[in-house]
Amino acid sequence: MKKIIIILLFINLLNFSTHAMEADVFIQSTVNRASLALSKNISKDEKINKLKSIAEDTVDIRGIGFYSLGSIRDNLEDNEKEKFLILFKKYFLKSFSSRLSEYTNPEIEVKGKKILNKNYTIVNSVLIATSERPEIKIDWRVYTKEPENPLIRDLIIEGLSLARTQKEEFASIINSNDGDINALFQTLEGFAKN
Amino acid sequence: MFKKLIIILFSVFLFSLNANAGSDGELELKKKETKQVKDCFEKFNRKVFRFNQGLDKTVIKPIAKGYRNLPDPIQKGTSNAIKNLSTLITIPNNVLQGDLKTAVINTARLAVNTTVGLLGTIDVANKVGFPKYEKEDYGQTLGAWGIGPGCYIVLPVLGPSTIRDTAGSFTNVLGGDPWYNMSIHGNNEFLTNKVYIASKAISGVDFRANNLESFDNLEENSIDFYASVRSLYLQDRENKIKNNQRGSIEVIYKDEDDWEEIDKK
Repeated sequence: MKKIIIILLFINLLNFSTHAMEADVFIQSTVNRASLALSKNISKDEKINKLKSIAEDTVDIRGIGFYSLGSIRDNLEDNEKEKFLILFKKYFLKSFSSRLSEYTNPEIEVKGKKILNKNYTIVNSVLIATSERPEIKIDWRVYTKEPENPLIRDLIIEGLSLARTQKEEFASIINSNDGDINALFQTLEGFAKN
Repeated sequence: MFKKLIIILFSVFLFSLNANAGSDGELELKKKETKQVKDCFEKFNRKVFRFNQGLDKTVIKPIAKGYRNLPDPIQKGTSNAIKNLSTLITIPNNVLQGDLKTAVINTARLAVNTTVGLLGTIDVANKVGFPKYEKEDYGQTLGAWGIGPGCYIVLPVLGPSTIRDTAGSFTNVLGGDPWYNMSIHGNNEFLTNKVYIASKAISGVDFRANNLESFDNLEENSIDFYASVRSLYLQDRENKIKNNQRGSIEVIYKDEDDWEEIDKK
């Protein structure tokens, strides 16, 4: 009998672990994790490391990287793509964690969601106002192709897309260097080192 | 009269630049903004941007920091009064965009805030439940009429703009801004051109003070700050023209196909 119960429990756990996660629940749980990390009484470096780990779990860094590259990605050799992804990951994690680490105990409340198609859901949330700043609307573009493993692909703050901004930033660097991807590599390398 | 003529000629020149920029087939004045706004004057823009950054660091930012140290009621009152003055431009633009209902609401807002709200320093309308105020300007109206943005341009001191938005701003000094008309051309002893210029300067400082941390954060985390500011400005203008309360996917991702292409790989 005991064995049967354990087996049933195990099966139940297995089911739970592969169960589809709703995009809004996923976002609320992610922001709760980030909020907890930021409110802890630990050093800024420790906070940054925690935020990096959360980002690695919940953000589609590869997808955002390729999106940010724009159409030039089609002309890259495999080794260049590989190099880009390594550099982009370092750049992204540093930029992402540094942007967020300034906040202490940010309160984000998920307000709703809009399913665009089977691949994407937009989750609407607000960063609750404090005495120093007004309420800020934040929408999350969640990639839901694998429902049991949703991933964040963009943050849209007050209608401004960070992915689009990044893409236009990358395009500007590549274009002002006659289409040379190495200029972007150097810039990303430089950012990660500083 | 001569001054007005120069302004009109300059506006016409800007519009013609806009049309010329479209002659390469990418920037035609078109009904829908489906293409990227071209940075036709990038080298010049980057120089002006650097100049503006220098001005910001040495003059505007320190003043904005000082402004932030003022007692909250003074800051809030100033901010409200500036917002109240902007209603004078918003109302004619509501009308020009055919949004008569909002024009009536904003007229009532202006009346209530200017009188009961002590020259706009207290946002009484907001407290009694008026709908959220959304600013409108002549650049937005031109956009709503289907005129494309033309080239991106960075103006000295004033910052990012487009040819369309710059031309829209000229409408203010061509009679489109009642506050300008009263201050510069009004025959009264209280309002002068100095009052008008001061109100515009305070408006700029108020905006900067409200964005001190976000600008610093953006600059620190950008690999091309100029390109980031350009992208954010253009996205913001599109949202305002299309009156998007929340990010509309069609506006945000001009190239939704790009995401789809990544998904296929």
